[in-house]
Amino acid sequence: AMEDVSAKFVSQKISRTRWRPPPAAALQPPSVFATGSWDNEDNRISLWSADDLGNVGLNGEYHGEPHLLCDIQHNGDVMDMQFLDQERIVVASSTGTVTIFRHHQNNQTLSANHRWERAHYHVDQDTSCGGAACTGVVCNNPEIVTVGEDGRINLFRADQKDAVRTIDNADSSTLHAVTFLRTTEILTVNSIGQLKIWDLRQQRNEPSQIFSLASDRVPLHCVDRHPNQQHIVATGGQDGMLSIWDIRQGTMPVSLLNAHEAEMWEVHFHPSNPDHLFTCSEDGSLWHWDASTNVSEKPSFLHQGGRSTTYLSHNAINQSVVSAWLSNDPTKDRMEITNLIPNQTLSVNSLDVLGPCLVYGTDAEAIYVNRQLFA
Amino acid sequence: AAVPTQVVPGADPSARQLCFAWGPAEVLVCETRFGRAGGSRSRSRSRSRSRSRSRSRSRSRSRVLTGSVADTGEGAPGSSRVFVVRRDQDIYIQTLRKLFNESHGIFMGLQRSEEELVGKSRKAQLVQVSKNYRSVIRACMEDMHQAAVSTRDPALQGQYSTQVSILSAMELIWNLCEILFVEAAAAGPLLLRLLDWVRLHVCDVDTMVREVLSSENPSKHKLFWNVVDVFVLQGRMDEARHLLSKEVTANPTSMNMYKILDDLMKKMPMPSLGNTQTLTELELKWQHWHEECQRFLQDGTFASNPHMESICKILVGDEDAILEKKELMTTWYHFLVTRLLYSHPTVKPMELRFYAQSSMDLFLGGESSPEPLDMILMAAFEFEMHQVIKECSIVLSNWWFVAHLTDLLDHCKLLQSHNLYFGSNMREFLLLEYASGLFSHHSLWQLGVDYFDHCPEFGRVYLELHIERIPLNTEQKALKVLRICEQRQMHEQVRSICKIMAMKALRNNRLGSALSWSIRAKDAAFATLISDRFLKDYCERGCFSDLDLIDNLGPSMLLSDRLTFLGKYREFHQLYGEKRFPEAARLLLTLMTAHIAPCSFWMTLLTDALPLLEQKEIIFSAEQTYELMRCLEDLTAGNADKQKFQEDDVETTKVEMLRLALARNLARVIVKEGTVEGS
Repeated sequence: AMEDVSAKFVSQKISRTRWRPPPAAALQPPSVFATGSWDNEDNRISLWSADDLGNVGLNGEYHGEPHLLCDIQHNGDVMDMQFLDQERIVVASSTGTVTIFRHHQNNQTLSANHRWERAHYHVDQDTSCGGAACTGVVCNNPEIVTVGEDGRINLFRADQKDAVRTIDNADSSTLHAVTFLRTTEILTVNSIGQLKIWDLRQQRNEPSQIFSLASDRVPLHCVDRHPNQQHIVATGGQDGMLSIWDIRQGTMPVSLLNAHEAEMWEVHFHPSNPDHLFTCSEDGSLWHWDASTNVSEKPSFLHQGGRSTTYLSHNAINQSVVSAWLSNDPTKDRMEITNLIPNQTLSVNSLDVLGPCLVYGTDAEAIYVNRQLFA
Repeated sequence: AAVPTQVVPGADPSARQLCFAWGPAEVLVCETRFGRAGGSRSRSRSRSRSRSRSRSRSRSRSRVLTGSVADTGEGAPGSSRVFVVRRDQDIYIQTLRKLFNESHGIFMGLQRSEEELVGKSRKAQLVQVSKNYRSVIRACMEDMHQAAVSTRDPALQGQYSTQVSILSAMELIWNLCEILFVEAAAAGPLLLRLLDWVRLHVCDVDTMVREVLSSENPSKHKLFWNVVDVFVLQGRMDEARHLLSKEVTANPTSMNMYKILDDLMKKMPMPSLGNTQTLTELELKWQHWHEECQRFLQDGTFASNPHMESICKILVGDEDAILEKKELMTTWYHFLVTRLLYSHPTVKPMELRFYAQSSMDLFLGGESSPEPLDMILMAAFEFEMHQVIKECSIVLSNWWFVAHLTDLLDHCKLLQSHNLYFGSNMREFLLLEYASGLFSHHSLWQLGVDYFDHCPEFGRVYLELHIERIPLNTEQKALKVLRICEQRQMHEQVRSICKIMAMKALRNNRLGSALSWSIRAKDAAFATLISDRFLKDYCERGCFSDLDLIDNLGPSMLLSDRLTFLGKYREFHQLYGEKRFPEAARLLLTLMTAHIAPCSFWMTLLTDALPLLEQKEIIFSAEQTYELMRCLEDLTAGNADKQKFQEDDVETTKVEMLRLALARNLARVIVKEGTVEGS
């Protein structure tokens, strides 16, 4: 519900929001998140606390507004951002530089820990080389993979100065996003509607598989892989369409779902409750897709909604719900879809979900935290 | 709260007559000799006021560019100057970005709001919108105040404090406009609203009130009576009586007097918000109560206690008694409201102007001249809406205020008759002005788009002009700008953005990206240009770059002939690579005979035919071979006049080799076809 959402205007356009991963085996919901800004003369990486504690007012009422822990200047637009571990954040810049920032929790400061200058660059015809925007980054500590407007793929290790592997001209169009498929394989999406799998063990500078959106070449902007079933992949396109792919079969998406009216900037499966998927868009909307209602063999009491439903269906995932996202029968209408932001006008550039918490950031220079996603 | 004036450095109205003209994003101030003695009375009055005000503030808050310096002619010595004054500098204040962003949401909500709602519900809706705007101003003010408190830099602190006072003045004006114009409170409730307004904004006495109330023994405090007076002046009767009761417990001798005063205060008739009493009823009750107060005063009931006597004098609306408390009211408009409360509680909106003017004159008493803020409030009390907006436009350092207020008033259907001699109407003019300011900002330009959208007359043109000037440093940003243009069918701008991006990609040797951009813009000429680059690269290197793209052209291949050729030519290579020679040969020939291939590329195509001609198996039929020969002869004949082939040895050899291969193939095929037919 809307009243569970707290907002804060931050005087900078937000391009990325990311929850800090909780320590292993921690049961508490996440409390700290990072944001990156874009299109400012002075862009920043900021860390925020969304904790209830310390925000409780005199009369015991909850002031949900996130408060700033620390921030640091960042050169160029923040194009993408990912936590490497609890303390380090990897940031992709429009200048082509990739930086690891470290959060010093004892004195609440941020510092640049390591920097790969011009990890992405153009080879200009006349002059030397200019930086090319690094559009996507994905981490699997200590490995970091970046992609960019230069069509290049870089593989870094957090502890090594030089790139472990670089694939120049991996793509002749712009690579928009990257994610890990398995530990040695990555998925990329590009501006001509292709989804590619790259096997980093192979020395060949070619993708091991290419998937493509039929013939219409609609650019793909984001990609996420199902956390439990690695063959299920979701992508979001320029037309706002959500595509679900089964990479075990065929070269085309299993289903195309009409969603947003403009670019879909991010798509995320809920990490621990993957029947739920979240997408956000340039059209200013943020959708919650609930596929748990899409399974016909589910006992009827599960359809009633509420907290218990969510957890029951989550438990059922390993058995009957296996193909919630892949079912081919025309029951798409039964997928429960909720727009979490009515009346928003400017773009929602980024979102992140973890546990019961959602954080998102907009071009209207506001960040929003919803701490009771499944309430 | 003071509204600061902007000083244009170098422009001195005492030395020269000044005139000004509004521009799309700035104001021109010119020195002139025209109309030295002219101008209406009120105009010259306000000008001299702002002049004296200007002198008192030396700090310049506007960005001034001195423009052309031209001679006035007429043989007069000296020259006239033109000052270009940008009036949007507030756009650059970081904390105000919250104001711009949050109010953008309210603005959009108002544009979307249902016009069908009529009467009370529509009015309630508009009042709510107005309150939302004000709460954003207040939130921003609090942030700014926090910033001022927490900074150690005195210059910054001063800057923040100035902003706090500007925001507070804006809220004061807005609130009054809300009462008078948006809500249009009627006699009775009007007074209650004005009292709220004064209580909310006259905060100078708050510290004193807090100090006295929190002291151990308030009645012994030296400011005790001041606080009682403040409560009475603001009509806060319950609080005043509560405080008075403390005095009487400490001083039982005045018990009798106190009881009478307390009773008078308790009985004071007040207007109600509901319809429980008519105005006449109220007036009757009030008259009765007023006479009762007067009787006690004449009886000398309070003669022994000057404090209580002065309170009673306030109750009967004694102007001198009220004016004595000038320091406690701090402003003339507080005085006005107090005066209304105790003399004219059923004041009608249209009568306000008389009381307002006389209150200001009485309060200032010729000692000081009114400041711009006073003039604005006065204009509001006079229901001169346009004057309010005009004065605010001149005095405030941002367009935010006037643009949003005017839009709201326009939605209240209060401004419709007013058309400007330039542009469309005042609402649109101010919105354009504000949005142009947003567009001049590095990051706030996105907000400006929606404002332009709601300017029916010129919004589109403004948007077209501004959007092309947005720097496109990343593809992501370009996509956002493009989306704005595509949603509004701004084809010209879509083409131009795509072309810029395609050019950039081309310069960076990103042919694939360049082609994608020109396909998106359906820019056939540019697609042809890029296709030629691909073909040139192929001729130089002998292999294709960016195969992933060329193999995936799909229907976009049809955008330009050259692109079609590129796609088909690549198809030929694929067929050849798969050893599907007859199909490859047929395609190759079609490329030339159907004139899909550009003539400049025919030689390459014919050369590609060589290995097919040399195959062990016969691939080209006799008819196809004749066609190939004709292509070769057309090509050499067409180029003969340029004498290119004769001079170029390599080319000559190529032609010779081709002729030979074609002849041999023809020989073989004639034999073969003859044999087949013969057998």
